[in-house]
Amino acid sequence: MLMLTRLGPALVILLLTGPIAFGLAGTVLPAFGFLPVLGGMELTLRHFRDLFSEPAIFTSASLSLTMGLATAFISLLTVMLFIAGYAGTRAIGRVQHLVSPLLSLPHAAAAFGLAFLIAPSGMLARLISPELTGWQRPPDLLIVNDPMGLAMMAGLIVKEIPFLLLMTLAALPQAPLPQTRMLAASLGYGRMAGFLLGLWPVIYRQIRLPVFAVIAFASSVVDVGIILGPTRPAPLAVRLVEWMDDPDLSMRNLASAGALLQLGVTGLALALWLGLERLGAALCTRMAMHGWRFRRDALIRAAALAAMVLAAAIVLAGLCSLLLWSFAGLWQFPDALPSSFTLRTWMRTLPSILEPLRMTLLAGLLSTLIASLLAILCLMNEDETRRRPGRGALTLLYLPLLIPQVAFVFGLQLFLVYAGMLATLPALVLAHLVFVMPYAYLSLKDPWYAFDRRYDQIAAGLGKGRARRFFSIRLPVMLRAVLTTAAVGFAVSVGLYLPTVLVGAGRLTTVTSEAVALASGGNARVIGAYAFWQMFLPAAGFAVATFMPTLIFRRFRGMQV
Amino acid sequence: MKEKGLFLDGVKITLGGRTLIELSRHVRPGGVLTVMGPSGSGKSSLLAYLAGFLDPVFTASGRALVDGIEITRLPPEERHAGILFQDPLLFPHMSVAGNLIFALPESLKGRSERRAQAEAALEGVGLDGMGTRDPATLSGGQKARVALARVLLSEPRMLLLDEPFSKLDMDLRQQMRMLVFDKAHERGLPVLLVTHDEADAEAAGGETVRIGE
Repeated sequence: MLMLTRLGPALVILLLTGPIAFGLAGTVLPAFGFLPVLGGMELTLRHFRDLFSEPAIFTSASLSLTMGLATAFISLLTVMLFIAGYAGTRAIGRVQHLVSPLLSLPHAAAAFGLAFLIAPSGMLARLISPELTGWQRPPDLLIVNDPMGLAMMAGLIVKEIPFLLLMTLAALPQAPLPQTRMLAASLGYGRMAGFLLGLWPVIYRQIRLPVFAVIAFASSVVDVGIILGPTRPAPLAVRLVEWMDDPDLSMRNLASAGALLQLGVTGLALALWLGLERLGAALCTRMAMHGWRFRRDALIRAAALAAMVLAAAIVLAGLCSLLLWSFAGLWQFPDALPSSFTLRTWMRTLPSILEPLRMTLLAGLLSTLIASLLAILCLMNEDETRRRPGRGALTLLYLPLLIPQVAFVFGLQLFLVYAGMLATLPALVLAHLVFVMPYAYLSLKDPWYAFDRRYDQIAAGLGKGRARRFFSIRLPVMLRAVLTTAAVGFAVSVGLYLPTVLVGAGRLTTVTSEAVALASGGNARVIGAYAFWQMFLPAAGFAVATFMPTLIFRRFRGMQV
Repeated sequence: MKEKGLFLDGVKITLGGRTLIELSRHVRPGGVLTVMGPSGSGKSSLLAYLAGFLDPVFTASGRALVDGIEITRLPPEERHAGILFQDPLLFPHMSVAGNLIFALPESLKGRSERRAQAEAALEGVGLDGMGTRDPATLSGGQKARVALARVLLSEPRMLLLDEPFSKLDMDLRQQMRMLVFDKAHERGLPVLLVTHDEADAEAAGGETVRIGE
């Protein structure tokens, strides 16, 4: 067992750095012309010349750049103002309950929900038509897929707000909230100003890596781009995947060169963000120097709360309209409700959804199982050595979330082709594991540290060996935390689009990859049914994690939350 | 050194070059050695060293022997050091009887035999018939007694007490002290008690070592 725990961190490092390093190599080499499969052995910059002569390539790149920065800025601003206005009040708990289920929702499902809400024929238009608008037919407006990418940005923001909120709430206990609040109030500062000047810097330091992950994700996301993003031109990552899918294999070089451009765009976004951080810090210092009190902040506070609730409401309303579509019979514009309900869509999609469903469960459960085991081994090893991971180890853990997926999954795919493992279950599980692992570790870490080690010491004093102590004491006592970790991991796996598409190569499909593939067809009913599975599977995982421990330990009050 | 009881043979614990404890003593079976000191004096680190859980930030040297066996060379689970902390720390996912049965040595076979032993142990601390209870529903004093019964069932070679009475009410505290020291005496177990409460030391009756003053 001792050997095993030592193995934990080594395996995790191998698992994270291996695919990333090989993947990046497999992207860089073809970009410079080195692609032996196709007989490309010369080093050349030709593919970059080709890339830069693609039409509107810089528009695509700057779309991606803006998407990354604006999404992170608006989501963080909303969360920051909300927390500043309401930390320590009951509103936080209520909003947390409203928002946290959205975290487990795949990005694609949220994007579909938004699309069906705001589209010209969507729910909102139906609710106000024809009374307010006079529309008898869906207006010819480009709301979804708008050229500026506003719909896409909105789709990303409503998903990143829950993520950043939960990260911030996790960091909040480390800040001395009541003391600072009283001090700031006694100096005459408004509630929000006191929080922002006194506590936010401490909290922000804790959530920096998650914010970077948001920037990296939003600047390189593919599925949300396909569903909501502009099309002429599309954001960079979306175009890259189109080139990668091109039957003309020489397009791979172009796609690889593009992936390096994507790496640069995301890098630039992060660099610009570092600049923004400095600017923000300087601004705070300026305000503090001036001693501005900002006592009248009620309006901003209310606006922040409204923005939080709106973000959650948009997603929930979107999901409801998706679900409605999947049961809809005839549903003419501008009727707010279908004229009849039917199970026909469900019956019709059932045969074709069984295989993706099986693959979703298989890849999700296997990658979650492995990730949870590895996370436990790593944490056991920390107990053994009594050393907590440093900044370096945490950055390594965040690496798969900080590097644009296209930049290394392209290359990973190439290596899998060489190894003859493309579109096999082990390869798909491995690809999912790279993204599931960080979340599994991060979600188990705090409950693990919170476990009272004296239980373990008492059990050892009772003569119980290491394995017995783990299986009889630690695992059952921590069952809820372990299952929650598994539910988080499973939700991540269900939501993964790009790794599934590239490694599954169209032969292994999941509900998410299938749902996104339906986007262009625009069949609202079928999309609704697929999106249902996308939201149902993660939710079912969390339901198991919540109710199973309650049921197993129903006799024991000390085990209830 | 082959004698019965607990020997501390030149046990020395240091933290960053500062010596916290340096001690050689013999605690005979049924006897108590009390180590007193303010919090942060390192008295709990002595206990952790004997139990096998000393944090690596400390450096320890010297040996401890129980009944002639050098326990400081053994892994924690083979030391048979019965520990009582401030908190009773009953395993929250097991019934009272479950806690007790878990503590029984594996060499004792047979489901009904193990149950009977657990029930007898409960009687021994005046909690007859409480086996099926959820530990979370017990009072503070009852929990403390279950914790004592649990540690005694594991057939320890010694008792390590880390301020085990400090969270009990005044009258309960005196009762619990009597119970613990009587049981230890009855079984001939050497006891190491760390505390900052003078009354504990008095009740223990044995030698008192003061550190960190």
